[in-house]
Amino acid sequence: MTTADLIGKIIQVVGGLAIFAAIVGLLFFLLDKAPRRGKDYWQLVVFLAPALILVILGLIYPAIRTSLLAFTNNQGDFNGLNNFVWMFTQPAILNTLLNTVIWVLLVPTISTTVGLAYAVFIDKSRGEKIYKALVFMPMAISMVGAGIIWKFVYDYRQSGTQQIGLLNQIVIWFGGEPVQWLQTSPINTFLLIVVMIWIQTGFAMVVLSAAIKAVPVEQLEAAEIDGTTPWQRFTNVTLPGIRGSLVVVITTISIATLKVFDIVRTMTAGNFDTSVIANEMYTQAFRAAEPGRGSALALVLFILVLPIVIYNIRVMRKQREIR
Amino acid sequence: MSTTPIAATTPDPDTGNRLARGADAEVGPKAKRVKRRLTSRTATVASLVIAVLWTIPTFGLFISSFRPAELIQSTGWWTIFQNPGFTFENYSEVLLSASQSSPQLGSYFVNSLAIAIPGTIFPLILGAMAAYSFAWMKFRGSNWLFILIFALQIVPLQMALLPLLQMFTTFLRPLQNQLHDVLPMIPEQNYLPVWIAHTMFGLPLIIFLLHNFISEIPGEVIEAARVDGASPGQIFFRIVLPLALPAIASVAIFQFLWVWNDLLVALIFSGGTQDVAPLTQRLAELTGTRGQDWQRLTAAAFVSLVIPLIVFFSLQRYFVRGLLAGSTKG
Repeated sequence: MTTADLIGKIIQVVGGLAIFAAIVGLLFFLLDKAPRRGKDYWQLVVFLAPALILVILGLIYPAIRTSLLAFTNNQGDFNGLNNFVWMFTQPAILNTLLNTVIWVLLVPTISTTVGLAYAVFIDKSRGEKIYKALVFMPMAISMVGAGIIWKFVYDYRQSGTQQIGLLNQIVIWFGGEPVQWLQTSPINTFLLIVVMIWIQTGFAMVVLSAAIKAVPVEQLEAAEIDGTTPWQRFTNVTLPGIRGSLVVVITTISIATLKVFDIVRTMTAGNFDTSVIANEMYTQAFRAAEPGRGSALALVLFILVLPIVIYNIRVMRKQREIR
Repeated sequence: MSTTPIAATTPDPDTGNRLARGADAEVGPKAKRVKRRLTSRTATVASLVIAVLWTIPTFGLFISSFRPAELIQSTGWWTIFQNPGFTFENYSEVLLSASQSSPQLGSYFVNSLAIAIPGTIFPLILGAMAAYSFAWMKFRGSNWLFILIFALQIVPLQMALLPLLQMFTTFLRPLQNQLHDVLPMIPEQNYLPVWIAHTMFGLPLIIFLLHNFISEIPGEVIEAARVDGASPGQIFFRIVLPLALPAIASVAIFQFLWVWNDLLVALIFSGGTQDVAPLTQRLAELTGTRGQDWQRLTAAAFVSLVIPLIVFFSLQRYFVRGLLAGSTKG
């Protein structure tokens, strides 16, 4: 990077921010000068229109276009359900769909279970804050960074030489032979899933820990006086008390898992039978010049997320009625 | 707490207040006594094991990033005491070396910042304005529109990528080229498409989160300002924004980290050159082409992690809040 490049970049950022401020300032200036009559209307336009236009251009219109593109071939001509037929007949793509199902089954259940157990174990223990920070830290870093961290753990050196990847070293300590983990199907998919679990457990732990602290102490004490075991107290008092948060954690992690892209892209790029829908969508649409097929995959992803969207909308409408 | 369905189901149904206060509830001494008895020795051991398991991968990479190349390639980092060696060379090489074969992360680091700062400020201001209008202006269809925006935050980004890229190529490309002709300092590949994409994708979540908070602002304050003759702009910038500052801080941190850590949007809208591409994109590229250069990869990974980790450890409270509130984004 030369100094000229750096100056160019700084000019871009400062200029961009200045232009943005100028546009917003101009909007408010014009609003001030707007005629008294209909001022409420103009006020609404100034406040709401910029965001609304951006959301329509950037999300709503493209989502509709993608849904239509899903029924076209790579020339842009309508080809009915061909893309979906292709999807469900190609062994490679079927494998991708299957992998996505495995991801969605394993990641939410395991990370929620481990996160919950950890949250219970460390609750009120000494150094709770540090315990939390250690497990929560992966949530702050990028999935690309996480991918590199774990790729190093899975690294392979020929048998007989010193291993530099921890996993193979552990295998050797137990008397085994080193394995090319990321190239060996199907174990590689599970090893990628481990990375996602590593990231999401911290999230589950923090949310559930907050929920556990909100369980009324009186109920726990009453149960204790009744002579229950800690396990009974956990299943009969704590668990029902945090059910709402559990649902939230599981749906949230499920959505994140359905859309997982960075981990697969960084660690295997979808090779060796590890691809998932989000990665395959990128490969088809932006690498293989098959926008129709890519869009069809995106549509499948959307349909998978849809039940969760509808559920959330229903809960929110109820909530707004209460207000 | 978490975005949405959440608020209705957790004991504290008030997302806005949650955002302002943080998730930790105070618990009295009685609670401590009861709960401590639940913590047995097995639990302590189990939590220690989990904590160690979760930390070791990062720790190993961190140690390795300071080891000389020959040692990284020939011995495991856990043998550091048998094979001692310490160097800053990996870092100076990935950051400063100008040779073609080195990662040259310096300019990508600048790109990441240049994308993330406007990529946070733009959607935050526009989102706060929209949230204010949803909370305090009455208009037909406002409820319906708000629910639509709320639902949009969960729609996969993948649905929007292709058409948006086509739109950018048709309408934004000529503008960028013109800009380059007038100001040759600004390359034809500039940050504009990435900024706009992040602004568009960030808005639904930001509007939703800030709406909850801004609607909690006492109406009398806004009414009093209006009676005193303040203009709508003054009310918004002098009264609403400062009052909403705690929530804005949380949402800002969340959006900043989201943009900083993003790979997908960068891959599609940055063009992939040193002029625009952020660290994540460069790292993904390096793992693909130089997957065995661990002396570079380890140091490079930590260069990209340093900002998120600083944010995480210094602003953990805000970060947790933003994350709890915004975890379904994407």
